[in-house]
Amino acid sequence: MTANILYWSLIAAQAAIGIAMALAALRMLRGPRAQDRVLGLDALYVTAMLLMVTFGIRTGSTAYFEAALVIALLGFVATVALAKFLMRGEVIE
Amino acid sequence: MIDTPTALPAAMTALPPWAALLTALLVLAGAAFTLIGCIGLTRFQSFYQRVHAPTLGTSLGTILTLIASMLYFSLAGGRLVIHEILIAVFVTVTTPVTLVLLVRASRYRDLAEGPQATGIIGMPDDLTKPADTAESDETKPSA
Repeated sequence: MTANILYWSLIAAQAAIGIAMALAALRMLRGPRAQDRVLGLDALYVTAMLLMVTFGIRTGSTAYFEAALVIALLGFVATVALAKFLMRGEVIE
Repeated sequence: MIDTPTALPAAMTALPPWAALLTALLVLAGAAFTLIGCIGLTRFQSFYQRVHAPTLGTSLGTILTLIASMLYFSLAGGRLVIHEILIAVFVTVTTPVTLVLLVRASRYRDLAEGPQATGIIGMPDDLTKPADTAESDETKPSA
Protein backbone atom coordinates (compact mmCIF):
# COMPACT_ATOMS: atom_id res chain seq x y z
CA MET A 1 0.00 0.00 0.00
CA THR A 2 2.64 2.52 1.04
CA ALA A 3 4.76 1.27 -1.85
CA ASN A 4 1.92 2.30 -4.14
CA ILE A 5 1.76 5.72 -2.51
CA LEU A 6 5.51 6.13 -2.99
CA TYR A 7 5.25 4.99 -6.61
CA TRP A 8 2.49 7.43 -7.48
CA SER A 9 4.06 10.35 -5.65
CA LEU A 10 7.23 9.70 -7.62
CA ILE A 11 5.17 9.83 -10.82
CA ALA A 12 3.57 13.10 -9.64
CA ALA A 13 6.98 14.54 -8.72
CA GLN A 14 8.32 13.62 -12.15
CA ALA A 15 5.35 15.29 -13.79
CA ALA A 16 5.94 18.45 -11.73
CA ILE A 17 9.64 18.45 -12.62
CA GLY A 18 8.71 17.88 -16.27
CA ILE A 19 6.44 20.95 -16.21
CA ALA A 20 9.25 22.90 -14.54
CA MET A 21 11.60 21.84 -17.36
CA ALA A 22 9.05 22.97 -19.94
CA LEU A 23 8.76 26.39 -18.24
CA ALA A 24 12.56 26.76 -18.11
CA ALA A 25 12.75 25.81 -21.79
CA LEU A 26 10.04 28.39 -22.51
CA ARG A 27 12.14 31.08 -20.83
CA MET A 28 15.18 29.88 -22.79
CA LEU A 29 13.36 30.11 -26.12
CA ARG A 30 11.44 33.32 -25.40
CA GLY A 31 13.75 35.27 -23.05
CA PRO A 32 14.04 38.78 -24.39
CA ARG A 33 17.77 39.04 -23.83
CA ALA A 34 20.75 36.69 -23.90
CA GLN A 35 21.12 36.55 -20.12
CA ASP A 36 17.51 35.37 -19.78
CA ARG A 37 18.29 32.50 -22.12
CA VAL A 38 21.36 31.56 -20.11
CA LEU A 39 19.31 31.65 -16.90
CA GLY A 40 16.69 29.39 -18.50
CA LEU A 41 19.41 26.96 -19.58
CA ASP A 42 20.81 26.89 -16.04
CA ALA A 43 17.35 26.15 -14.58
CA LEU A 44 16.87 23.48 -17.25
CA TYR A 45 20.11 21.77 -16.19
CA VAL A 46 19.11 21.76 -12.51
CA THR A 47 15.64 20.36 -13.22
CA ALA A 48 17.11 17.67 -15.49
CA MET A 49 19.46 16.71 -12.65
CA LEU A 50 16.50 16.41 -10.24
CA LEU A 51 14.59 14.35 -12.81
CA MET A 52 17.51 11.91 -12.95
CA VAL A 53 17.50 11.60 -9.14
CA THR A 54 13.76 10.83 -9.08
CA PHE A 55 14.25 8.29 -11.89
CA GLY A 56 16.88 6.66 -9.68
CA ILE A 57 14.47 6.40 -6.75
CA ARG A 58 11.67 5.07 -8.94
CA THR A 59 13.70 2.33 -10.58
CA GLY A 60 15.69 1.55 -7.42
CA SER A 61 18.93 1.74 -9.37
CA THR A 62 21.95 3.83 -8.33
CA ALA A 63 23.12 4.13 -11.96
CA TYR A 64 21.14 7.35 -12.35
CA PHE A 65 23.20 9.02 -9.64
CA GLU A 66 26.23 9.28 -11.94
CA ALA A 67 24.07 10.77 -14.68
CA ALA A 68 22.76 13.38 -12.24
CA LEU A 69 26.29 14.25 -11.13
CA VAL A 70 27.49 14.64 -14.73
CA ILE A 71 24.49 16.85 -15.58
CA ALA A 72 25.23 19.07 -12.56
CA LEU A 73 28.89 19.38 -13.60
CA LEU A 74 28.00 20.19 -17.23
CA GLY A 75 25.44 22.75 -16.09
CA PHE A 76 28.01 24.60 -14.01
CA VAL A 77 30.60 24.64 -16.80
CA ALA A 78 28.07 25.68 -19.44
CA THR A 79 26.62 28.54 -17.41
CA VAL A 80 30.02 29.88 -16.36
CA ALA A 81 31.27 29.75 -19.95
CA LEU A 82 28.16 31.52 -21.25
CA ALA A 83 28.31 34.20 -18.55
CA LYS A 84 31.97 34.75 -19.40
CA PHE A 85 31.02 35.00 -23.06
CA LEU A 86 28.33 37.61 -22.32
CA MET A 87 30.83 39.58 -20.25
CA ARG A 88 33.85 39.51 -22.54
CA GLY A 89 32.70 38.35 -25.93
CA GLU A 90 34.94 35.31 -25.76
CA VAL A 91 35.30 32.32 -23.47
CA ILE A 92 39.03 31.66 -23.38
CA GLU A 93 41.26 34.72 -23.38
CA MET B 1 -9.26 3.54 -9.64
CA ILE B 2 -5.52 3.53 -8.93
CA ASP B 3 -4.33 0.19 -10.21
CA THR B 4 -1.28 -1.59 -8.88
CA PRO B 5 1.78 -0.90 -11.04
CA THR B 6 2.91 -4.11 -12.67
CA ALA B 7 6.60 -3.73 -11.94
CA LEU B 8 7.30 -2.19 -8.54
CA PRO B 9 10.99 -2.51 -7.67
CA ALA B 10 11.52 -5.13 -4.95
CA ALA B 11 13.23 -2.52 -2.77
CA MET B 12 10.14 -0.31 -2.85
CA THR B 13 7.82 -3.00 -1.45
CA ALA B 14 10.36 -4.02 1.21
CA LEU B 15 10.53 -0.49 2.60
CA PRO B 16 8.90 0.12 6.02
CA PRO B 17 5.69 2.17 5.68
CA TRP B 18 6.94 5.26 7.52
CA ALA B 19 10.04 5.39 5.29
CA ALA B 20 7.98 5.09 2.12
CA LEU B 21 5.64 7.87 3.24
CA LEU B 22 8.53 10.12 4.29
CA THR B 23 10.33 9.56 0.98
CA ALA B 24 7.14 10.30 -0.95
CA LEU B 25 6.59 13.49 1.05
CA LEU B 26 10.17 14.71 0.55
CA VAL B 27 10.16 13.99 -3.17
CA LEU B 28 6.83 15.75 -3.65
CA ALA B 29 7.98 18.78 -1.65
CA GLY B 30 11.23 19.00 -3.62
CA ALA B 31 9.41 18.78 -6.95
CA ALA B 32 6.87 21.38 -5.81
CA PHE B 33 9.63 23.83 -4.86
CA THR B 34 11.32 23.29 -8.23
CA LEU B 35 8.05 23.86 -10.05
CA ILE B 36 7.32 27.06 -8.10
CA GLY B 37 10.82 28.31 -8.92
CA CYS B 38 10.36 27.70 -12.62
CA ILE B 39 6.90 29.32 -12.61
CA GLY B 40 8.60 32.38 -11.12
CA LEU B 41 11.21 32.18 -13.86
CA THR B 42 8.52 32.58 -16.51
CA ARG B 43 6.33 35.10 -14.71
CA PHE B 44 8.64 37.77 -13.26
CA GLN B 45 9.03 41.01 -15.19
CA SER B 46 12.75 41.65 -15.50
CA PHE B 47 15.97 39.70 -15.49
CA TYR B 48 17.00 40.95 -12.04
CA GLN B 49 13.77 39.59 -10.55
CA ARG B 50 13.89 36.38 -12.57
CA VAL B 51 17.34 35.48 -11.37
CA HIS B 52 15.98 34.85 -7.87
CA ALA B 53 13.25 32.40 -8.79
CA PRO B 54 15.07 29.22 -9.91
CA THR B 55 17.29 29.28 -6.82
CA LEU B 56 14.24 27.88 -5.00
CA GLY B 57 14.82 24.74 -7.04
CA THR B 58 18.58 24.73 -6.63
CA SER B 59 18.43 25.09 -2.84
CA LEU B 60 15.32 23.53 -1.28
CA GLY B 61 14.24 21.48 -4.29
CA THR B 62 17.61 19.82 -4.71
CA ILE B 63 18.23 19.26 -1.00
CA LEU B 64 14.80 17.74 -0.27
CA THR B 65 15.01 15.43 -3.30
CA LEU B 66 18.52 14.32 -2.39
CA ILE B 67 17.53 13.67 1.25
CA ALA B 68 14.67 11.53 -0.07
CA SER B 69 17.11 9.62 -2.27
CA MET B 70 19.55 9.08 0.61
CA LEU B 71 16.75 7.89 2.90
CA TYR B 72 15.33 5.54 0.27
CA PHE B 73 18.60 3.89 -0.73
CA SER B 74 19.87 3.68 2.86
CA LEU B 75 16.74 1.92 4.13
CA ALA B 76 16.18 -0.20 1.02
CA GLY B 77 19.79 -1.36 0.84
CA GLY B 78 20.26 -1.82 4.57
CA ARG B 79 23.45 0.23 4.57
CA LEU B 80 24.24 3.92 4.70
CA VAL B 81 24.17 5.47 1.20
CA ILE B 82 25.19 9.11 1.30
CA HIS B 83 26.92 9.71 -2.02
CA GLU B 84 24.08 12.12 -2.91
CA ILE B 85 25.85 14.56 -0.60
CA LEU B 86 28.33 15.03 -3.48
CA ILE B 87 25.60 16.54 -5.67
CA ALA B 88 24.20 18.61 -2.79
CA VAL B 89 27.59 20.14 -1.96
CA PHE B 90 28.42 20.70 -5.62
CA VAL B 91 25.13 22.44 -6.42
CA THR B 92 25.26 24.52 -3.24
CA VAL B 93 28.77 25.72 -4.01
CA THR B 94 28.39 26.36 -7.74
CA THR B 95 24.97 28.04 -7.93
CA PRO B 96 26.02 31.34 -6.24
CA VAL B 97 29.20 31.42 -8.33
CA THR B 98 27.37 31.03 -11.64
CA LEU B 99 24.63 33.49 -10.73
CA VAL B 100 27.10 36.14 -9.53
CA LEU B 101 28.98 35.79 -12.83
CA LEU B 102 25.75 35.92 -14.84
CA VAL B 103 24.33 38.98 -13.04
CA ARG B 104 27.68 40.73 -13.32
CA ALA B 105 27.72 40.09 -17.06
CA SER B 106 24.11 41.27 -17.33
CA ARG B 107 24.83 44.45 -15.36
CA TYR B 108 27.83 45.15 -17.56
CA ARG B 109 25.69 44.74 -20.67
CA ASP B 110 22.92 46.97 -19.30
CA LEU B 111 25.41 49.69 -18.40
CA ALA B 112 26.98 49.46 -21.84
CA GLU B 113 23.57 49.94 -23.44
CA GLY B 114 23.18 53.33 -21.80
CA PRO B 115 20.05 55.40 -21.06
CA GLN B 116 17.42 53.06 -22.46
CA ALA B 117 18.47 50.38 -19.98
CA THR B 118 17.49 52.51 -16.99
CA GLY B 119 13.77 51.83 -17.53
CA ILE B 120 14.11 48.13 -16.74
CA ILE B 121 11.94 47.01 -13.80
CA GLY B 122 13.79 45.58 -10.86
CA MET B 123 17.17 46.88 -11.82
CA PRO B 124 19.42 47.72 -8.84
CA ASP B 125 19.43 51.39 -7.84
CA ASP B 126 22.99 52.07 -8.90
CA LEU B 127 22.08 51.11 -12.46
CA THR B 128 19.66 54.01 -12.67
CA LYS B 129 22.46 56.49 -12.06
CA PRO B 130 24.50 57.70 -15.01
CA ALA B 131 27.10 55.21 -16.09
CA ASP B 132 30.10 57.23 -14.86
CA THR B 133 28.89 57.43 -11.22
CA ALA B 134 28.00 53.76 -11.25
CA GLU B 135 31.51 53.03 -12.48
CA SER B 136 32.99 54.27 -9.21
CA ASP B 137 30.69 52.02 -7.18
CA GLU B 138 32.49 49.52 -5.00
CA THR B 139 30.42 46.67 -6.47
CA LYS B 140 31.97 47.33 -9.86
CA PRO B 141 33.55 44.12 -11.20
CA SER B 142 37.30 44.26 -10.95
CA ALA B 143 38.68 44.51 -14.43
